[in-house]
Parts: sequence; structure tokens; C-alpha cells
Amino acid sequence: MIKIAKRAELPKNREWAIRAAAVLLSIVFAGTVLAALGFDPIKVFAQIVNGSVGSQMRLNQTILKAIPLTITSMGILVAFKMKFWNIGGEGQIMMGAMGATYAALHLPPDLPSAAMLVLVAAAAVVCGGAWAFIPAYFKARFGTNETIFTLMMNYIAIKWVTYLQYDLWKDPSSFGFPRIAAFPPSAVLPKLFGVHVGWLVAVLSVVLVYIFINHTKKGYEVTVIGESVETARYAGMNIKYIMITTMLVSGGLCGLAGMVQASAIEKTLTYSLSANFGFTAIITTWLGRLSAPAVAVCCFAFAMLIQGGAYLQIALLIPASVAEMIQGIILFFVLGSEFFIQYKVAFDHRAIKGVA
Amino acid sequence: MENFLAAAVAAAMPLLFATLGELITEKAGNLNLGVEGMMYMGAVIGFKAGFETGSPLLAVLGAFAAGAFGAAIYAFLTVALRANQVVTGLTLTIFGTGFAYFVGKGMSGLPAPQVVRDFFMPVSVPGLSGLPLVGKPLFQQSVLTYFGYVLTVALAAYLKKAKAGLNLKAVGENAAAADASGINVMFYKYAHIIAGGGLCGVGGGFMSLVAIPVWQEGLIAGRGWIAVALVIFASWQPVKALLGAFLFGGLSILGFWLQSVGINISQYLVEMIPYIATILIVVVSTRKNRKEDMAPADIGNAYFREER
Amino acid sequence: MQNTAIQMNNITKSFGSLAANENVNFTVFNGEVHALLGENGAGKSTLMNMLSGIYSPDSGSIFVNGEAVRFSSPKDSIALGIGMIHQHFKLIDVLTAKENIIIGQKGSFFTKGKALSTKIKKLSDEYGLDINPDKKVYDMPVGEKQALEIIKVLYRGANILILDEPTAVLTPQEIKKLFNIIRNMREKGCAIVIITHKLGEVMEISDRITILRRGRSIGTVATKETEVPSLIEMMVGKKVDLSIKKRKSENNEELLVLDEVTVLDGEKKQALKSVSFSLHAGEILGVAGVAKSGQKELCESIAGLVPAEKGRIFFNGENILGKSPGEIIKMGIRMGFIPEDRLGMGLVAGMDIVHNIILKDYQGQKGVFLKRGPCVQKAERIVDSLSILTPSVFTPVKKLSGGNIQKVLLGREIDSDPKVLITAYPVRGLDIGASYKIYDLLGEQKERGAGVLFVGEDLDVLMELCDRVMVLCDGRVTGIVDPDKVTKEDIGLLMTGMSERRRADDQNR
Repeated sequence: MIKIAKRAELPKNREWAIRAAAVLLSIVFAGTVLAALGFDPIKVFAQIVNGSVGSQMRLNQTILKAIPLTITSMGILVAFKMKFWNIGGEGQIMMGAMGATYAALHLPPDLPSAAMLVLVAAAAVVCGGAWAFIPAYFKARFGTNETIFTLMMNYIAIKWVTYLQYDLWKDPSSFGFPRIAAFPPSAVLPKLFGVHVGWLVAVLSVVLVYIFINHTKKGYEVTVIGESVETARYAGMNIKYIMITTMLVSGGLCGLAGMVQASAIEKTLTYSLSANFGFTAIITTWLGRLSAPAVAVCCFAFAMLIQGGAYLQIALLIPASVAEMIQGIILFFVLGSEFFIQYKVAFDHRAIKGVA
Repeated sequence: MENFLAAAVAAAMPLLFATLGELITEKAGNLNLGVEGMMYMGAVIGFKAGFETGSPLLAVLGAFAAGAFGAAIYAFLTVALRANQVVTGLTLTIFGTGFAYFVGKGMSGLPAPQVVRDFFMPVSVPGLSGLPLVGKPLFQQSVLTYFGYVLTVALAAYLKKAKAGLNLKAVGENAAAADASGINVMFYKYAHIIAGGGLCGVGGGFMSLVAIPVWQEGLIAGRGWIAVALVIFASWQPVKALLGAFLFGGLSILGFWLQSVGINISQYLVEMIPYIATILIVVVSTRKNRKEDMAPADIGNAYFREER
Repeated sequence: MQNTAIQMNNITKSFGSLAANENVNFTVFNGEVHALLGENGAGKSTLMNMLSGIYSPDSGSIFVNGEAVRFSSPKDSIALGIGMIHQHFKLIDVLTAKENIIIGQKGSFFTKGKALSTKIKKLSDEYGLDINPDKKVYDMPVGEKQALEIIKVLYRGANILILDEPTAVLTPQEIKKLFNIIRNMREKGCAIVIITHKLGEVMEISDRITILRRGRSIGTVATKETEVPSLIEMMVGKKVDLSIKKRKSENNEELLVLDEVTVLDGEKKQALKSVSFSLHAGEILGVAGVAKSGQKELCESIAGLVPAEKGRIFFNGENILGKSPGEIIKMGIRMGFIPEDRLGMGLVAGMDIVHNIILKDYQGQKGVFLKRGPCVQKAERIVDSLSILTPSVFTPVKKLSGGNIQKVLLGREIDSDPKVLITAYPVRGLDIGASYKIYDLLGEQKERGAGVLFVGEDLDVLMELCDRVMVLCDGRVTGIVDPDKVTKEDIGLLMTGMSERRRADDQNR
């Protein structure tokens, strides 16, 4: 008989050791699956690493994936810290990108690039924040469950942007092709050290979120609300106000990620722009245990998997979906490993001895 | 009009199976956001089984088994290892989609074999299909659709009348109390999560075997998320789930139909309606007091008997 | 003499690093009421949870009716006729009484309504229990829920019953009724274990008593052959001086006045009905009453946490009703509040002492950044002056013992020299030594000139500690008495008297 008991708290390094062991185990397991499917697992993993960081160009590609993921994760982190389960990153990215596109296409294109970019980013933050405001308002005012609310908001946003792309904002000069006009050059993020400056935005967002959570009064309030709403009330915090403003920050960051994607990658708005970053960010935020630096590391690791997976197709003619499966397997293991951090599992010897 | 209704019913069925699957999962106290992934797994394995064996029955069973397999992973992680349900479900969607695309790599765009397609062709129910207006849409459908009707009624009876259904409710409402009452909480959770996943798989199979019937990437196209919404829309009741599925199924094709009769409304705007409706339901249900219509109270919480 | 129903030998059970039970021995006979007595945290519930199959022991053995048993789930325990009525009822709110009774039971595939109702009626008549089989649990008052729990275990054919703190939520009348039911079951040969820390009840109902202290069994005595002081000594481990030093204060200005305050609870029912009283400087005003008579709403409405429906609350002549806690703090009002649920409301369990001390100060800090420095010093000062046992001020409060957690909270609240201190069950869950330390601290505050509102459950303590005792019954003030001039029975009567009269009124209407 197996006995399970709650652990006394583990030291932090033991916790991370267990997680690392889980990742290792998952790689072994995924390797076995790959071998069973007739692939050479070592080659596959080597190519994932090679494909994601093997050359400057591939590293740049990985960074390009890590940028929106990191910014979105920071947005999700702020909400999760408050135990506000914002599953709506996907939609907030979309609406942010929409705001950015509107600004980029309507502001005078000959505006100085810096001014243009700031205005475009501001529009994105406002739209992403506004999209997050809706569920936040209902949660604050009526206690409406935010998990389902934010989840549904994703699809409304995606359908809306699809409508824009196919109908309302369709570029008349695209010969009937469902496409929105491209950003003017002044609204495209410039490059810095070979990668668009979104990386700087991502790094800044990590630093600022870290400072916000750990060193500001607002961050303290967010943390207290996350731990106990009743205590926050007791301490005289204005919970509704804090909840709503924090969600504006959360949605604003997601919207900013949308702006980065629209401006630097797509150079326009498309209905597939959010590319699951909103969902993946939930996973990275969770895996990083809501600590900004740890989440950033998870985001980079994830970007490696995404980029490395895409590379598999070119290098080994292995479908990119294999990488998705591997992602899933690694995640399953890491999610499962949390159990071994919190609980102790032992075999009950008495059962064997037969002593009652 | 009849054609529209018939198409709406057909469009409703993948939603119905997935909704019923998610419904019994949630009744056991688990929110599984992996519906989309499980539908993909069911769609591809159901198609593959049908393709390889030429047996419609094996195709449906294959779809069920695939969804159940995905749910079993989820169940093991969330029940035995008490992992976060939302994150595990989302991961299952990633995994399931990858799994399906990988398995389906060589079959993309191929139609299902003729025997299978013939088997799932609409058949009339004598007598009933002659009813005015609703007769043809409801009773000239695929056998799998009729199975969906039967399943709806059976699940409704199970939840309302059967002792096991009562026990299931207890598990979802308060796992600790159910356990103290002598209910095998783990068994109930595993059984219903896995069976629920199987039904999601059948929902996916309906897409690749009956509705289209072709395997292709992007086949499920967000229907899993609609199913999650439908469970709430139906306030966790199978019969309401069927009605909701008809409604949402109708909405999913309404735009095209309206355009065909000359009313110009974008299909994409119409497709938003199910999500908006679900949000409205969520908002309204938090404000009304009938506790029976609310989500199972213990949903989302991992149960550990020795928790203090 | 009698045959043994339960025998537990050398039971050990740990949670993490905490040993909840260590080599505990416990024997119960058929046809006896056996009290399991001990302070909070002594391991009573843990021991009984092992008997009901919820926990499994790390080591030791259990015999039921002479047979060695091993439970892998509550199901096994139920099968052997053991039924436990938990302190926090294990009922499904959205199901009816009937449905709650049959869940988890073997039987036909479909549920049978009629036959079941008859059987339930028969059982409830037999034992004098009063329930309606078709009522939903969420519509039931606590007394009825408890009756349902009892029927549920009887329906399962239990002849060994465990009741965990069954009287905590009951009125004296309901307690009397419960005790009659227990005696009735004893007559029928059942073995009954009652977990409690109330000595009066132990002396009244039990035949034998087993005392636990810090997870160990100290001994078993026959109720007839023992007395309260020796029981206390066994519980606490030493002779304790159970007298409270009554302090005097010169100041007696009126600080806080409540005028016809009415408060609604979460279900829109009146939890507080036109309550009026005043609290003076230099006094401890006790609040007595059966659990859930409006104590929580009283405290929270003064603290600004729940809005009042009607009435006025004056603090030094200024109406603070309708003000939020934040606004009250900003008005410069020095009010301390020790809520009932310390880790759920007063403190943040996962944060360290420093961050819990900051909770009341940070709003006064200037700028956007959180300044920890001064609060670290303050935390150290509080830890020193109240001799709080903690590895450091950076230890999360959830890792401290109950008494030390309470000291952190109390220390923070009295550090600002509050004019009014509201305390709700401040000694709940604390051991006797820590409780008396808290009483002493409250006395100091009174001496300093603060007005202290003390919501308590132990009438003896209320009468000894307080200058006046206000009695609440069903949201109404049924009397404010001078404890030197009335008896405990008088207060007990006030706790229920009014409800009796109103019920009569209702019937006349």
C-alpha cells in the first residue's frame, strides 16, 4: 500500500531539483515515445537545441518567439498574483494588436517613428486593458467567475478581428485578398542588435513587474488580495479599485505583446496573430511559480521548444506537431512533479508484514 | 428553412457529445479545458480506425478510446497528483492537437471510406420524420445523431434518478463529505473524467466521420471551447445541453444561411453570439440564487483526504 | 465488565514535522459515553479521524469489537458500524436530507423515494430527532443539520458514534435535547465518543473520560471519581491558576455608541436587529451569546467591514457608520480589531511577520514604494515585548503556533495604542496558558484607558474578566448585566429567553 503525506516545507533548491528531475524524466519518456515512433530521440533533441540556439540566426528566431510570450506572461503574472485567473491573454493580445493597427493606419504616416511607436503602443495598451476591464468590472462588481468570462472573451476578440480582416478593414488595394493594410514604416519596431526592440520591452517588463510585485505598495496590495480578500478588506484596501486597475495593467501588458507582434512580425493585423501565446503564457506563468525572473526563464525555454520544433521539420523532415507533443509531455511531467514537492510518498511496510 | 434546421442539427452533434462529456467531468468536480485537444484526438483516431478497418463501429470506438486516453492523462495528473486543473487542461489541448496533427499527417484531406460514410448517412425514423417542420431536421439524421439523443436522455436519467448519479453530484459538490459518506471519490472522478473524455472524442469523431467527413488540420476549429461554454449555458443539465447545442449549432451556420437568402451579415459576427451568450449566462447566474443551477461547488479543487 | 467496542493501541500520526498523535491508547466499551478531552491541538480530532477511516495511522493498531482492522477509507469504517459526526458537517448543501442519507449506500440502481422517507421517519421518531426528509440542507438551521448527520449515521446502522465538538453550535436547549438523544443511544447499547473541551459538559454526559495532551494520552478516568480541577491539571500538565487579575481604570468617558444598528447577513436576513449600547473607556464589555447570534456582524459593522442597514455608530461623537475600514483609518481613528478568523481575515498566512505588521501601516507611507525598514524594527519590538516564539521576524505566520499567531495579531493591533479594541473569540484555539496571557493583555489595555469589546464563548471567563456583559440572542441585545450581580444561569437564560418568547409571539400571530 502506498502512503501519501503532506510534506513539511522543502527548501527552495530541493523544489527546483525536483522540477529539474521531472524535466529530465520527461525527456527520457518523450525520447522513448520518439524511439517507438521510429525516430532517433537523441538526434531529435539535438536538433531542437541546435534549431533554437545553434546559430545566431536561429537564436534570433527563438528570441522573437520569447518576446511576446514573456510580455504576455508578465501580464498574466500580475493577474494570477491577485488570484484573478486571467485566461484571456489571447483576446487581450488580439485587441491590443487591433488598437495598434488602428493607430498605425490612421496616424499621419510621416510622424517621427519614435512618436508614432509610442502612440501605437499606447493604443495597444489601452485596448488590451479595456478588454481585460470588462471581466474585471463584473468580477469586482458582481463576483462573476472570471475563468470562463476571460476564456470566452478570447473567442469574441478572435472572431472580431477575423471580421475586421475579412470585412470591415479589408484593404481595398489587395485585389480581394482578405488582408488588412500594412503598417507604414514609421510604425514598425526598429531592430537593435539584430532583433527588433521588442526584446528590450520584454526585459523591461520583467524588471518592472518584479519591482511592482515585490517593492511597491500596489504590488503589496495585489499580493494580499491574492492571499486573502478578507484580510485585504480588513486592512482597508479598496479591493474593487485595486482589482480593476491591476487587470488594466494585466490586459495592457498583453495588449502590448499584441502591438509588438503586429508591428514587428506581421506588420499588420491578422486573426492568427495571437498564435496561442495567451494560453502558453498561462502555462509558463504557472511553471515559474509567479516569480517574474523564473517565469522569464520558462518563457525562453518554451520559445526554444517552439522554434526547435519548427526547425525539426526542415532538418529531419519530422512534422512540427512532434514538437507540440513533446511540449505536452514535458508539461505533463512538470505539472505532475508539483505533487512530489508538496507530498511525500512512501510504501507502507505494515501492510506487507500483515500487522493490523 | 428545413434545410437550415437539418444542417443546424448536424452542426449541433459534435458540440453535444463534447458538451455531455465535459458536463459529467464537471459534475465530478473537475474542469477540463482540454476538450478541444480530446476532440482532435478523437477525430483523428476515429478517422484512422475507420480508414484502416472500414468498420463504422470501430471508428466510433476508436474516437471514444482516443478521447478517453487524453482524459486519463488529465485525470491522473489532477486527481492522483492534484495538479492545477486549468493548466493541465490547457496542456492537454496542446498535446492533443499535436498528437492529432502528427497521427493525421499522411491522411490530411482524404475522405472517409465509402462504407463508413454510407453507414453514417441520414436515415429517416419512420413516423417521426413526417412531423411538420421539425420532422425532417430532427429525424432524418445519422445514426450517431440518434445515439446522441438517446445518450442525452440516458444521462439526464442517470443524474436525476440513479444512485450513482446522486453520488456523482455529491463528489462534485463536496468531495470531503462524499468521502466521509463512504463514496469512493477517486473511482467516481476517474470514471467520469475518462468517460467524459471519451464523449469528447466521439464529438471529434463526428466531425471527421459524419459531418465533413474528412480528416484535416484545423478541423475542430474551436468547437471544444464552445462545448465548455455550453456546459455553463445548459446549467449542467443534459437536456438543456441538447437544446443549447441545437442553438449554438444553428448559430455556427446562421451567417452563411442568411447570406444565401440575401441578408448580408458577416458569419464572423454571428459566430460571436455563442460566446457572448455564455458570458451573459455566467453573469446572470452569479446573480440569481438557485443553487441547483450553479456550477458544482467543489469544482477546481483537488481532493486530498488527509488535508488539514 | 462490558465488552470492548473500540480499542486503539499505540497510535502515532504525524503531519509533516508535527506529531499530532504519539503512542495514544484509547478504549471504549459498548453502552458507555466516553468523553475525549483535551486542549485545542491535543490531537482529539486526529485520533477520531483515524477511527473513521479519514486518516490512516503511521503506526499502531485498531480493534473494533475485538477484531483487528485496517481502514483504507471511510467506507470500511462505516461498514463496521462506526459513524462520525464531524465538527464541520459533512453534508451536501444542494441535496435534500433524504439524498444526503443515501449517498454512498449500496442498493438498487435507481433511488427509491417513498420507502426511504418512511424509514427515515421511523428512525427520527425512535430517537426523538426532528428532520424533514425532503428539505434541502441549505435551508436547514444548524440544529437540524446536526440531527440529519445523526440520522445519517444511524441509518447506516452505526452502533459506535463519534461526535466531534457537537455542542459548539447549539443553544443550551438544543444541547439538552442532544444529550437526551445520546443517553437514549447509550440505553440501546451504543458506544459513544464525544470530543469536547468543555468540562461542564464532560461531567454531565460522560461515563468515562480519556485525556489527551499534546498528542499523547494522559489517562482515562471514571467521571464519577474525578473532579474538574484534576481534569484541568491532566489537560494542561500543571496546576494552573485560573484567576484573572481584574484591573482598574480611572478613565470612563463614552467612546463608542451604537444606536439602533441593524445589519443584514449574506442571505439578506437580519443578523443584527436594532442593537444599541455604549462602550466606555477603561472597561471591558463582554459579549455573550450562542454561536452565530450576530457577534460577527456586530464586530464587523463597527470595524466598517459590513454595511449596516439602519442605525448610527458614534466614535467619540462622530458617526462612522457607512465608512469603510480605509476611511476609518484615514479619519485618524485608532481602533484595533481582532477578528474571529485570524488567518483568514486579520493576517496574511503566507506572509512573514514584518509584512503582516506592514498591513496596518503601509497606507500611511508616502510614495509608491513599500518601506520595510521601520516595520522590521516594529516587528522585532512586538516579538520581544509579547515574547512571541518564532525563528525570526521573516518567518511566515502560518508556521507559528496558534498562540503565537494570535500574539502577532494582537501585538500589531495594540501597538498603535487603540482607543477601542474589538476582539472576537481571541482565545479560540489557544491553550490555557496562552489564553490567560491574552486576558492579561486585554486587562492592560483597559488599564491604559482603552475600551475593549470582548466577544467570548466561555461564560465563566466572561463573568470574571468583564466589567459588563452584553447578551446577544438571535441578533438582539437581550440584556446588559453586571457580572457581579447575576449568576451564570441568568446569563444563560438571556442567551435563549428572548428566542423562546418570540417563538411564542410568532405562534400567536
